[in-house]
Amino acid sequence: MPFKRYVEIGRIALVNYGKDYGKLVVIVDVIDQNRALVDAPDMVRGQMNFKRLTLTDIKIDIKRVPNKKTLIAAMEAADVKNKWENSSWGRKLIVQKKRASLNDFDRFKVMLAKIKKAGVVRQELAKLKKETA
Amino acid sequence: MAPQQRKPHVCRNPDLIRGVGKYSRSKMYHKRGLWAIKAKNGGAFPKHEKKAVEAAPAEKPPKFYPADDVKKPLVNKRKARPTKLRASITPGTVLIILAGRFKGKRVVFLKQLTSGLLLVTGPFKINGVPLRRVNQSYVIATSTKVDISGVNVEKFDDKYFGKKVEKKKKKGEGEFFEAEKEEKNTLPQDKKDDQKSVDAALIQSIEAVPDLKSYLGARFSLKAGMKPHELVF
Repeated sequence: MPFKRYVEIGRIALVNYGKDYGKLVVIVDVIDQNRALVDAPDMVRGQMNFKRLTLTDIKIDIKRVPNKKTLIAAMEAADVKNKWENSSWGRKLIVQKKRASLNDFDRFKVMLAKIKKAGVVRQELAKLKKETA
Repeated sequence: MAPQQRKPHVCRNPDLIRGVGKYSRSKMYHKRGLWAIKAKNGGAFPKHEKKAVEAAPAEKPPKFYPADDVKKPLVNKRKARPTKLRASITPGTVLIILAGRFKGKRVVFLKQLTSGLLLVTGPFKINGVPLRRVNQSYVIATSTKVDISGVNVEKFDDKYFGKKVEKKKKKGEGEFFEAEKEEKNTLPQDKKDDQKSVDAALIQSIEAVPDLKSYLGARFSLKAGMKPHELVF
């Protein structure tokens, strides 16, 4: 019931609406009740409404409004990229992106692989059933 | 020196805004060097002599004027050319046919004919689609390409696919009629040989890619959850 992810300086958030949809950004300052100053290595620092952000578990150690160089160094030190890509949330997003970019031929190959895998699983299950029966 | 080898010439009078050049008329006169051309020619601009205009032959007034004005058709300078081919369709592309008896079949694109239709083949052994013409509008182009370098499609054109003109026979009843019908149903042997020769090289390059043969043998269909406007083909 209590909140676990807080809006604080250094909190990594995911943009869920707008031009920067899907980007990971760092909250570098809070402007007022509704807006934060937000920065990322590949974007110009700017304001964003909190409603456009979804907080993540990752937090980095920075002072209020660091310059780009310091920000990038802090993100490297905290290893944000790898932490994100190994988290279950990050992995889900990567899989969604991969699925959306599949070619018609790729989708066919995935279907064949699924059928093959299901066949193997079914064989093993049949073996186990035979043993217990 | 061939004209194509010249460097692209920079404009002498660049636009400040559309319709307004940077230099005035007098400046442009100087820039073009018209003063130098005049000086070379002794003060006046060099002139060519006009070609002597031959006197037009005297036309007699027409004997007959139509009572009503005859309308002339409007001038039409359009040229007939084959339909513009989508950039995603190149020789060797796998296409999905969307209509007709082969709907859903994945097929290899060979070339565009002069009528604008696309020449396409199954290959026949893999999915039963023969050498066939198909309209570009009834086709989805996938991004899968097959190596088509070993295939020679020079001899196929629209005439190859046209209906055969029947020789006019006398209207004989009974025996004549039945004999004619039996001949029409079979495909001539040379068309079958054409199919085989085109497909031979194609099938080799298809078998080089794993799963491509079964891919071409399967039909495409929309399943639950597939949104065509979001699918990448």
